[in-house]
Amino acid sequence: MIKNIGRYMILMLETFRKPDKGSVFRKQLMREFKDLGIDSLGIVAIISVFMGAVVAIQTAYNIDSPLIPLSMVGFTTRQSIVLEFSPTIISLILAGKVGSRIASEIGTMRITEQIDALRIMGVNPANYLLLPKITAAMIINPVLIIISIVIGLFGGWLACVITGMVTPTDYIVGLRGWFEAFTIYYALIKTVVFAFIITSVSGYMGYYTKGGSLDVGTSSTKAVVYSSILIILFNLILTQMLLS
Amino acid sequence: MIQAVNISKSFGESEILNDVSLTFEKGKTNLIIGESGSGKTVLMKCLVGLYDVNKGSVEYDSRNISKMSFKEKRKIRKELGMLFQSGALFDSFNVEENVMFPLSMFTKKTYEEKLERVNFCLNRVNLENVNNLLPSELSGGMTKRVAIARAISLNPKYLFCDEPNSGLDPKTADVIDELISEITQEFKITTIINTHDMNSVLNIGDNIAFLYKGKLWWQGNKTEILKTDNNELNDFVFATELTKRLK
Ligand SMILES: Nc1ncnc2c1ncn2[C@@H]1O[C@H](COP(=O)(O)OP(=O)(O)OP(=O)(O)O)[C@@H](O)[C@H]1O
Ligand SMILES: [Mg+2]
Repeated sequence: MIKNIGRYMILMLETFRKPDKGSVFRKQLMREFKDLGIDSLGIVAIISVFMGAVVAIQTAYNIDSPLIPLSMVGFTTRQSIVLEFSPTIISLILAGKVGSRIASEIGTMRITEQIDALRIMGVNPANYLLLPKITAAMIINPVLIIISIVIGLFGGWLACVITGMVTPTDYIVGLRGWFEAFTIYYALIKTVVFAFIITSVSGYMGYYTKGGSLDVGTSSTKAVVYSSILIILFNLILTQMLLS
Repeated sequence: MIQAVNISKSFGESEILNDVSLTFEKGKTNLIIGESGSGKTVLMKCLVGLYDVNKGSVEYDSRNISKMSFKEKRKIRKELGMLFQSGALFDSFNVEENVMFPLSMFTKKTYEEKLERVNFCLNRVNLENVNNLLPSELSGGMTKRVAIARAISLNPKYLFCDEPNSGLDPKTADVIDELISEITQEFKITTIINTHDMNSVLNIGDNIAFLYKGKLWWQGNKTEILKTDNNELNDFVFATELTKRLK
């Protein structure tokens, strides 16, 4: 455990250095925007729309007192999605999708000596391989989360229209009421931290893979498990720090 | 010229190399031979600095890399090319991008200049019209040749080849041996080759070091190796029917 944390720190120190060649770095960054961002749009959209719908229906179901206005459904849906569902759930999904991908890509490079080949050439492999991924995720994940929030709120609206439990007008009044911009900042701060956790932990697991292709599988599983646990843990820590 | 001075290397309890001293000369093909598991790959990785030695030092033309900082090591690394046992081509890049990679990282050449160099190197290893193939689409021999092309793209002063012809048919194996030997003489490179292929030994063994049980057991060249009375070496050399008949 202590040894892992130490090695992780050292890896991060090697990662966060000036890239050898700016033009190469920019090209890699573009590729990662596509691999980590655009390729994840589909799954983010699908999950968000259903998530929004479910939250709206559950909230409507739970409000049975006539004293509570039905616009509360819109308000509650918005708060849940912005504060928790989009940043945390989507980050967990991305930990599965992106994390396993990064760990297996880098793990394969390790066991087939591609990382040694980089080192021999005088390239800093951690910096070359990990920095573009970490940077790209920390920039692109917030964009994904904003998209997820918008689609999630739309999903809630759709649920209202389809089930008729709440009128769309009530829903929208709720969506727009009692808004604090800070909730969005909170969501984005969480997302950026989670993006760093996903990419750096998965990168670490891949980087220190030992053995053969079976071990790449193990690394990739570990990447998902550890980044998920850390996301949950940091979710609590950040919430405590930012919201209380 | 590369010198290994009293190198020892162990992993945990097991000692792999024990006090090995060797000199590898410029413009010659220097071979390291030994049974599977005798520590050839470990020795090579110590020489290039992928493993830190426990004792001793490695000197590149009197520059001791064991004592160097990261920055100084990088300078030497740009002067060396290495062919890994597995080829170690970058599998997300095609052949052209693989060979071009060191040029993109360390030179300010334009794309056209780089492409010219890439095609020159590919030509040198007898490969044509493979620029757009991915490593997964190459045969074993082609992979090794692309890896050689990549290793020589920056005009290295030092070339390391870990079993350049293992797993290849005898003819292709020969072609690769010849190729490495030619490049070595043509560009006055200090070349070090790991092998357990007796064909290569007899073909291109200018300077041969035999590793046995982690020690340097014998040193000589391709004519001397057939006349030695060293038992362990004889066991190694005359292990096959073919070499026995040679005797
Ligand atoms: N990273 C490592 N950690 C622990 N032991 C190792 C490591 N690398 C190699 N060894 C051990 O060192 C010994 C020598 O291995 P090495 O790969 O150098 O053999 P080799 O001579 O290259 O064999 P081959 O001809 O099969 O490639 C082996 O017993 C191996 O188990
Ligand atoms: Mg070997």
